[in-house]
Amino acid sequence: MLLGRTAASLFWMARYMERAENMARLIEVSYRISLMPKPFRAHQDDWSSTLKSAHCETTFAEKYDVASQANVIQHLVLDRENPSSIRCCMETARNNGRAVRTALSRDVWESLNATWNELATLRVNQLSSDKLPGFLDWIKQRSMLFRGAMLGTALRQDSFHFCQAGAFVERADNTARILDVKYHILLPRGSGPGSSIDRQQWASLLRSVSAHRAYRWAYRDASYQPWNVAQFLILNPAMPRSLLYCYDWISNKTLAEIEREYDETLPCHETACETTWLLKNANMEKIFQDGLHEFLSDFIARNNRLTSEIASAYNFP
Amino acid sequence: MGDNFNEMLEADGSVRPAYALLHKWLETQTPGDLRAKIREAESIFRRLGITFAVYGTQEASERLIPFDIIPRIFAASEWRRLEAGIAQRVGALNAFIDDVYHRQEIVRAGKVPGDLILQNEAYLPQMAGHSPARNVYSHIIGTDIVRVGANEFYVLEDNCRTPSGVSYMLEDREAMMFLFPDLFAKHRVAPIEHYPELLRQTLDSVAPAQCDGEPTCVVLTPGIYNSAFFEHAFLADEMGIQLVTGDDLFVNDGWLYMRTTQSPVRVDVVYRRVDDDFLDPLTFNPASTLGVPGIFDVYRAGRVTIVNAPGAGIADDKAVYSFMPDIVEFYTGDKPILNNVPTWRCSDSDSLAYVLEHLEELVVKEVHGSGGYGMLVGPTASKKEVAAFRQILKTRPGNYIAQPTLALSSCPTFVKSGVAPRHVDLRPFALTGDRMRITPGGFTRVAMKKGSLVVNSSQGGGTKDTWVLED
Repeated sequence: MLLGRTAASLFWMARYMERAENMARLIEVSYRISLMPKPFRAHQDDWSSTLKSAHCETTFAEKYDVASQANVIQHLVLDRENPSSIRCCMETARNNGRAVRTALSRDVWESLNATWNELATLRVNQLSSDKLPGFLDWIKQRSMLFRGAMLGTALRQDSFHFCQAGAFVERADNTARILDVKYHILLPRGSGPGSSIDRQQWASLLRSVSAHRAYRWAYRDASYQPWNVAQFLILNPAMPRSLLYCYDWISNKTLAEIEREYDETLPCHETACETTWLLKNANMEKIFQDGLHEFLSDFIARNNRLTSEIASAYNFP
Repeated sequence: MGDNFNEMLEADGSVRPAYALLHKWLETQTPGDLRAKIREAESIFRRLGITFAVYGTQEASERLIPFDIIPRIFAASEWRRLEAGIAQRVGALNAFIDDVYHRQEIVRAGKVPGDLILQNEAYLPQMAGHSPARNVYSHIIGTDIVRVGANEFYVLEDNCRTPSGVSYMLEDREAMMFLFPDLFAKHRVAPIEHYPELLRQTLDSVAPAQCDGEPTCVVLTPGIYNSAFFEHAFLADEMGIQLVTGDDLFVNDGWLYMRTTQSPVRVDVVYRRVDDDFLDPLTFNPASTLGVPGIFDVYRAGRVTIVNAPGAGIADDKAVYSFMPDIVEFYTGDKPILNNVPTWRCSDSDSLAYVLEHLEELVVKEVHGSGGYGMLVGPTASKKEVAAFRQILKTRPGNYIAQPTLALSSCPTFVKSGVAPRHVDLRPFALTGDRMRITPGGFTRVAMKKGSLVVNSSQGGGTKDTWVLED
């Protein structure tokens, strides 16, 4: 038996851990670009597009005027008023975990709690730019430790599947958003292989989903082909952050397991299967023809709908 | 305070038998060894999240309760006497609450003034005439006891509502077994780790008569920001029952249910850690968001058991406290085994005059206060603090009681300067259901500051593992 509130807390705990990790990666990439010589920093508004990918433009605009590097990093890493800052994500994940401690294995709880304890010692201004890469690395490691503890110790029952649902819904949302913000560099153009600046952008895009090496193994083209990059992140079934992979996992592993365990089919199951089916039957040519942005916007809306359907199906408070 | 009872050493400096092995062991430990062990213990507690929240400070953060690594030891014979005293008192408390909400024989007998009960904030008229399962009201009682001599124990307070601290009792024991396995093995220490099982049995045993089959019990917590949240989660986990908040429960068609990811599940016993006032917005405080609307009606209909019962606080009210010797004798027919501290009720004008005159010697407490907030310890307070308190006392005398300061016993404690005696109290836990269950020992609190008598964790007190030796 699982309380609706417990299921909700598990879902959001995993979601916020995933978000913290994605945020760390996103900032890492922007920071890397800011170190490049000027011509490679394609646009002046690199940090603005980071805010956009992180979906934090609104909260940022409430506090700051200029999207300077310092401001953006402050807002995305440590700002207590930004619910998606790394600090807040970690805190929300830990508070959700604390509220449902009895549903967590000791290893999972300890990984969450140790991260939070260490983060609490960090003062607002302590993160000088030379410390930033190390910090972001640490966040990624803590997220991976959490995931590992979960995979290694959690009983494979409803509670585990709610965590997985949260993590994969968040991951799919993240991949779709990053693609959507950067879609202009992916738009196929007539003029042959892209410039070195475009290449740089593609590489960063792949890096921000931890996939630039994987891309090389998956596609043997020496340069980045927009089709391939987009295909890799949307439709490649082997890429663990692609939309198809995430949805295949959500509908066939996570939600399907809960459906089996409870012996009840609900609207969320239908939505998940439908989205998976759409992805499985999509092809890149058609997606580009109809518009990548439209495709991704539709996906993000579907993904949001899934969250609210899961919440109402399982009595989240 | 020089003449207080030292639990390890006799007046002539020789070691009491129960402490013989510990004393010898302490001599082999360097301060460095002990400090390293304390750091180890703290890092374990922090990693596990064994913390409590502190109210009223600027940063309401989570803190560790200082853990003292030197155990407090009771000989088997000492404990037998204490246990008998606790059982006697706890039995009387439950009989008293039952009487208060029924015929009030004790008032009729002229032992306790009727106004003291009927005019008391802790008295719940809504409980009048209600008989819960097995006529038990306060299923979990934490009695605060201090020692002033070899066989002299005083009860400072009976906590009949939602006493906390049992998780520290259990975790302190775990820590000691982990840090000092050899020392532990050399003593025959009565085990306490089955407390959650006993609590579970107690809860099961008081399921309402209308419950058929295996009762479903839950722990009701105000939530993660409550100072004792760790304990709520810990107990639920150890008992293998759900930890719920008010939102998780709802009343439908006269029964109590919890919201699950599937169909609602009926709840039979609620071990609540939410105060009476917040329990049911329809019956008590309408602004409460922590409780369950309608739960009290289900309770009155005998379809759920609330542990401890609403209104049980009438028995641990500080004004009622002063009548405890009579209360014990009235219901048990015997003289109380444990002493009561003489108490002046400031609502009485003669008493108030006495208290105002002797403020420097007395401890003054709020009648309804807890946690060591809003109290005055005369002998250690500054002139200014005494003067300020005098004003408060004159404005609201009915809100206070006063007691003489007792020469609390001391136990060896590891502090900055090394091993030194510090004052302690004891909170044993008594469970009442189909029968009474008392775990040997309890939660020992220690005032870490030299000479201090305030042991509350919210005021910087620490904890110790409490060992009851077996014969």
